[in-house]
Amino acid sequence: MTSRRPSRRAERADLDLFAAERVSGEPVVAPPPQPELLDAGGYPGATARSAIAVSTLTETAREVIEGAFIPLWVRGEISDFKSHRNGHWYFCLRDGSAQIRCVVWKGQQRAIPAAPDDGMQVAAFGRLTVYAARGEMQFSVTKMEAEGDGLRRKALEITRMRLEADGLLRPERKRALPRFPRVIAIVTSPDGAALHDIVAVTRRRAANVRLVVVPAAVQGDTAPEELCYALDQVNRWGGADVVIVGRGGGSREDLWAFNDERVARAVAASHAPIISAVGHEIDFSMCDLVADHRAATPSAAAEAATRSRAELTEELRTLALRAGNSVRALARERRDRLRHAVRDLVTASSATMAFRRTALQSVAGRLHTLSPVATLARGYAVPRDLSGKTLGSVAAFTDDLPFDLVVRDGVVPSRVDRARETKP
Amino acid sequence: MTFEQRVARLEEIAEELERDNIDLAHALELFDEGIEHLRAAAGDLANAEARVQRLIERADGTFDVVDTRD
Repeated sequence: MTSRRPSRRAERADLDLFAAERVSGEPVVAPPPQPELLDAGGYPGATARSAIAVSTLTETAREVIEGAFIPLWVRGEISDFKSHRNGHWYFCLRDGSAQIRCVVWKGQQRAIPAAPDDGMQVAAFGRLTVYAARGEMQFSVTKMEAEGDGLRRKALEITRMRLEADGLLRPERKRALPRFPRVIAIVTSPDGAALHDIVAVTRRRAANVRLVVVPAAVQGDTAPEELCYALDQVNRWGGADVVIVGRGGGSREDLWAFNDERVARAVAASHAPIISAVGHEIDFSMCDLVADHRAATPSAAAEAATRSRAELTEELRTLALRAGNSVRALARERRDRLRHAVRDLVTASSATMAFRRTALQSVAGRLHTLSPVATLARGYAVPRDLSGKTLGSVAAFTDDLPFDLVVRDGVVPSRVDRARETKP
Repeated sequence: MTFEQRVARLEEIAEELERDNIDLAHALELFDEGIEHLRAAAGDLANAEARVQRLIERADGTFDVVDTRD
């Protein structure tokens, strides 16, 4: 069975005139070829009879305009901005005397930091085309910069608010860096200045660490995804004590990946404490805000993450001093206590002696009052026989009995001449 | 024992030695132990050298850390 379709050549002859229908996706219902119409005035539309379709006109205009203008930057003020449900952005760009309708297709918005606001002065990069459905010129935008970097500032503000709403900026989320890190993961470009600086600082400080590089592009379209992926790898690996994410200095645009909300969230999700070190900017990047620690430069990050040999040696010295001082102080204190104890003992014992002496004197005094010596002192004499026994009665005195007469200052040897009894 | 563990133990020892009413004999024991840790930790420091490596993820999701020539 052979089909009776018109030849390819015949089909092609109609293309120019009915291309619009084909592009718009409507079924191409090719009208029967009417070569006599084309011949009438020499070109389509030359006469009423050869009038062309509206869509043909707009399509032709589109081709002419697209062919005449290369993509270029246009400046003006944003008005009537609308973000359509389908994700495309529509707005007008205008100045004092003219305006042009603009569109940013959903798939082209990635290079634009944030949706512009009405009234913003912007420069938009795109190509001029024709929107056939309305017969309007339309500027199809793929890049945009606002005066005073307004779009980036707006993007930062939006991202900051979203991170804040999720509690990612709370100061109590910040974790302390480990005191003695052994393994430091570095998420950065393997060829960049940042890595070079970090390695140099770590070597100079003679820090006892392993630096594990986790490569990621740090600028360009793929940078956000690559940074997120590398940070996720570090988490899944689980071997890092601390993470450094960053890059060396560059233009604001070069550093932009570190303001990407996805990257900021990946930084916030780091299992290990993380240091953000992005360029040399005074401005904070979004990564800086959510990281546990912010370093102004990769070198500063390496300083913050590592302890130099000198620092550690000093720390050991301090500990040795503390221990030594304590032990010396303890020994001194024990020696002093011992001395006090000895002194107390001596004091106590001498007090006892004094008491005893006093007591003795008191007893002696009492003995003295009872002593016959006192009586003698008053002039009395006491006779004793030679054995020392007191001769207290006349009967004890016999004739010629020798006895001692004890007087105040001595003993007088005596003898009884003749005993006699006297009655008092 | 790692450097970190040694320093942690040294800190414990220093703290304990600073406590009142510690037994003298125990204090001297602790001091001796501290001296040992100090020597070992200082030895660790003397051998310190930073190594640069690279994280490699294998197809099965496991990781390798390999030395790099930098």
